[in-house]
Amino acid sequence: MATFALPQRLSKSMKVQLLIKRILWYTFLILLALLCLMPICTLLVNMTRSHGDLSANGFSWWFGNSFAENWDKCFKDVHLPVGTALKNSLIVSTCTAVLTCYFSSLTAYAFNVYRFKFRGLLFTFIMLIMMIPTQVSALGFVTMMRQWKSLNELWPLIIPSIASPVVFFYINQYMESILPFELVEAARVDGCSELGIFHRIVLPLMKPAIAIQFIFTFVGSWNNYFIPALLISKDGQKTLPLIIAAVKSSDPSSFDLGKVYMLVAVSIVPLLIIYLLFSRFIIKGMTEGAVKG
Amino acid sequence: MKLDKNGKIIPGHVHYAKWGYIFLIPFMVAFLLFSFIPLFQTLHYSWYTYYEDQLDTVGPTWAGFSNYVYLFQQSTPRTFYFFGIRLGTMTISDLGYYTLNTMLIWVMGFIPQIIVSLLLAVLFTDVRLKLRFQGFFKTVYYMPNLIMAAAFGMLFQMIFARSGPVSSVLLSWGWISEPLEVSSSTWQTRLIISFLDFVMWFGNTTLLLMAGVMGIDQSIFESATLDGASSITVFRKITMPLLKPIFVYVFITSMIGGIQLFDVAQIFTSTSGGPQSSAYTLMMYLYSLIADKKNYGQAGALSMLMFLVTAVLSFTVYKTMHPKYNAEKDTIKCRKRRWKEYAGCPDTIAEMALARPTGPVSHEEEGR
Repeated sequence: MATFALPQRLSKSMKVQLLIKRILWYTFLILLALLCLMPICTLLVNMTRSHGDLSANGFSWWFGNSFAENWDKCFKDVHLPVGTALKNSLIVSTCTAVLTCYFSSLTAYAFNVYRFKFRGLLFTFIMLIMMIPTQVSALGFVTMMRQWKSLNELWPLIIPSIASPVVFFYINQYMESILPFELVEAARVDGCSELGIFHRIVLPLMKPAIAIQFIFTFVGSWNNYFIPALLISKDGQKTLPLIIAAVKSSDPSSFDLGKVYMLVAVSIVPLLIIYLLFSRFIIKGMTEGAVKG
Repeated sequence: MKLDKNGKIIPGHVHYAKWGYIFLIPFMVAFLLFSFIPLFQTLHYSWYTYYEDQLDTVGPTWAGFSNYVYLFQQSTPRTFYFFGIRLGTMTISDLGYYTLNTMLIWVMGFIPQIIVSLLLAVLFTDVRLKLRFQGFFKTVYYMPNLIMAAAFGMLFQMIFARSGPVSSVLLSWGWISEPLEVSSSTWQTRLIISFLDFVMWFGNTTLLLMAGVMGIDQSIFESATLDGASSITVFRKITMPLLKPIFVYVFITSMIGGIQLFDVAQIFTSTSGGPQSSAYTLMMYLYSLIADKKNYGQAGALSMLMFLVTAVLSFTVYKTMHPKYNAEKDTIKCRKRRWKEYAGCPDTIAEMALARPTGPVSHEEEGR
């Protein structure tokens, strides 16, 4: 884009026109940004206000002083194990992200480096099923887990992520563009085992793609609601989305707006911080890794 | 498979292909066990009468297609409203009504989403405008996509509550005289869920479309601009036609996403589906069949219907996304023909490149 050639001199009227256009579009962009930021700002303000304040006056420009109180209410409610849920969510999301990234890379490695029978067929198959949502087989999955007596356990939320076609596709694209076959050949000649090549040469090369996918799978698993809601009913095993769903059905006399705002903040804010830290990297990965039509 | 200079297999060489199979095992086993077999189990249940009634389990007994028939026939009289005006009452099947809800919510979210995203993609890549702070805007626009949908639904339920922020602000401005009653209006409920959908996804769509616009050869824009084409002409005659594949991709993936709409609607309406069940989506129907009614036969039938629809849609995505891959396959076929004379036909482009006997393959043959 840097090489783009424009007529060197713009006439005065064109300059004015451009200025007006810019002001107009910036206004549009800022309004749209406000639309995205307002809910978050409301959340941040309201999580510091007490229930009484919130129910008397819905909107406030500035923070209240009940942050500590709301925090205590949120984490010390015996009926709503937020602390445990936070721990469960962390375990499930981390394990899911690690497994997904490792095994998707391994699968991509198999497709990129080896030429075996049915390779094209298997690849086509994975591409075909890529977009089909997991929800359509949820019934079979849930009944299977019931037969295996694995309801209310965390592993059914983690292990199936070994097969994640979308992540595989992304990493496969990246590997195709970056891994020279000669490198694998050279390692073979030097006597490295096949798994050794994957661990010592391919995985380190794939770091950028894996980092992006780690974040996305972590977020996806953190936010996942449908499958956990079908599998988990015991308080001790619930993840954060389930706790949010349970807030309304819990004892109405203990319903406290400040507490609920705090709960929503607890489930959103950690991810937002991670996102803002890595946003440059994530946006770049999103734009580059997007469909290569 | 290792080839010598003449493209013949070196005897007794290690067969690497087996490692390919070995490394595929985890993926394939996990897929078979947790997706494929459950899918068949679901299909199986869809043909049986099988439900739990209090503590009894009825079935499974063979029922043929009666679950499917039931899904299509089970109907309830519904009253339709259009912003407070009563249009009339009609008895339509539950499945049809929930499909209508799902589609309405999706369409009302998708139309503004695609318009805004297209506009943003064009704005961000416009060389004449040279907008600054793009990094900031992109970061902000993409942010809602990472927010837990359930939490977002809960947040908006509170924001649009009777005494919530929106209601109190509008009251103090005098725009409304009574507190908002979102939870009693069918269209407001749908609109807010669509709006949430829009806020969560327009950033994602913008980035996708931007990738598409940036993939277009810049010299085309350059020459068009030098020839004096206006921004609108460039958009209509160059950007749009060249963006078509990505456009199709965005459209269909968004539709598949729309069919999956669950978290926001479920939490926002506190699992009730809103007034007149107006925001009761297909996934909520499936969820309640499995978790509340425990009617596995009907749940199976509904799952299979949704599987069919999403399978057709994902096949379309595959078709639009992989002209490249299909081209590669054609190239391999084409090259295989050339390799016939050799004992071992390498079936990979990489190996062909390593052991190419007759110089580079001409471009005619490489074409699709």
